[in-house]
Amino acid sequence: MPGILILADHDAGIFKSTALELVAKARELGGTVSALAIGTSSGEGLPADLVLTVDGPEFGTFNTEPWVAALAAAVAKVQPDLILATANMVARDVMPRLAARLGVGMAADVVELRAEGGAVVGRRPVYAGKALFDVTVKSSPAIFTARPNSFVPTAGAAPGGVEALVVSVGVVQTTVVETLAPSSNVVDLTEAHLIVSGGRAVKSAEGFDQLIRPLAAAIGASPGASRAAVDAGFCPHGEQVGQTGKVVNPSLYIACGISGAIQHLAGMRTSKVIVAINKDPDAPIFQFASYGIVGDIFTICPMLTEALK
Amino acid sequence: MKIGVLLKQVPATDTRIKINAGGTGIETGGVKLEINPYDEHALEEALKLKDAKKANQVVVISIGGAGNDQRIRDGLARGADTGLWIDDPALEGADSLTIAKVLAAAAKAEGVDMLIAGKQAVDNDNAQVPAMVAELLGWPQALVISELSIDGGAFQATRDIGGGLRQVVKGALPAVLSADKALNTPRYASLPGIMKARRKPIAKKTAGDFGVAVGEPMVVDANWTLPPERPAGRILQGEPAEVVAELVNLLRTEAKVL
Repeated sequence: MPGILILADHDAGIFKSTALELVAKARELGGTVSALAIGTSSGEGLPADLVLTVDGPEFGTFNTEPWVAALAAAVAKVQPDLILATANMVARDVMPRLAARLGVGMAADVVELRAEGGAVVGRRPVYAGKALFDVTVKSSPAIFTARPNSFVPTAGAAPGGVEALVVSVGVVQTTVVETLAPSSNVVDLTEAHLIVSGGRAVKSAEGFDQLIRPLAAAIGASPGASRAAVDAGFCPHGEQVGQTGKVVNPSLYIACGISGAIQHLAGMRTSKVIVAINKDPDAPIFQFASYGIVGDIFTICPMLTEALK
Repeated sequence: MKIGVLLKQVPATDTRIKINAGGTGIETGGVKLEINPYDEHALEEALKLKDAKKANQVVVISIGGAGNDQRIRDGLARGADTGLWIDDPALEGADSLTIAKVLAAAAKAEGVDMLIAGKQAVDNDNAQVPAMVAELLGWPQALVISELSIDGGAFQATRDIGGGLRQVVKGALPAVLSADKALNTPRYASLPGIMKARRKPIAKKTAGDFGVAVGEPMVVDANWTLPPERPAGRILQGEPAEVVAELVNLLRTEAKVL
């Protein structure tokens, strides 16, 4: 019976929907499903066969080496054939390090996982989503990280046992000095359901603040920007959407004064609904838009903000 | 202090990606290649440390075939001292761990005190090699950093840990770091820099030179495709007030996203 180990994300002990997604996918792939919860957690509420909890002073706040040590201890205990984690920044930090420690292969950021002829096959976007391929990992265990919202979370399945795992962390070479809270309460672009983005046509930082931020605020969206707007200094790097910025997957993406350069489209093309507002009727963005308005953003955006308030 | 900078050659980000006839990768003909954009920030940080006299030597390390020497030469023109070009056909299609083994051995052979790369390469978007190299060397890591300070044998860096949170971490060198865009603004090569770079040495090596045997890759890709086409949308027609009202209505009742 193959075993699957999941790194189960939780928020102050409450398992996140991403953890439930991974358990659901693991159930579908078959085999014994174990999960690891790092940091204070009762281990309850996750429909895995076994939930391992790891707690202690080293696990109060995220740090690379304790997290890798916990994962390695869980691997040693359950001897999985497959290890799954959600593709977030923490997994990007620790899963490759775990792969190197175990001497195994890893495929990151898959959006599909299926069993095929005794192997697990993932599908992953590359070139920021301009292409996709099937990926297999020919080691045991095989490590995959999956993008959030790739699978349907399980509901109602019965949870299994919970066991505290004792981990010897060893020497920790990095010290966490402090964790900095977000500068605003806006949802991070990669997790946002609604995004309003501005391009070069906003003309200035003031233009961005007058057109884009109020429109975003009117619907509770996160503000984003094209590379041209960021490079021109209209807004910070953290707000850039595209191949050299954030890759986003919202239900609504409103592109204001963005022409639709290839590298921008790569970062937002999987948005469920795309609205484009641009005065150039030939702008490439219109080929990707669900709804397009040909017009000046200095006219349209304030009207749209008023209408949506 | 000696800093190693990892540079990868990737297709330019404005490339219109096409899939090759066999579905085994992208069509490479006519594709313009450049330094991975995040690696430019890694290089810049190393050069800034050299300008500030906190480092005295910067080596640019790149794995790959034809053209990589030009990327290394570009790094030398911006101010790096030496280049290490690992040109080995056996490494084509190698998995991240194999690449990491070669780079870890190269870092040791070069005697670097700090290794810095971009946070990810914008071709395969794996973002695995820096953490793997750190593990293989037993060094601390600080990845996706937006701030860095070096003081004697110690580093302090601000890293992105997701969900809008950033974390300040510190540790002792040697260490592996990876750069986010916010870290700095990369410089261009100056004309004197370009002239000087012609005389700077680039050592050419293979995986075998570092004692790494390249086996079958553990991670294998197949069936490359383009993403599915988006269904055609529509352009709303009318006066600004009309199209805005129509859009709001469509978003609420047809698309149901508001």
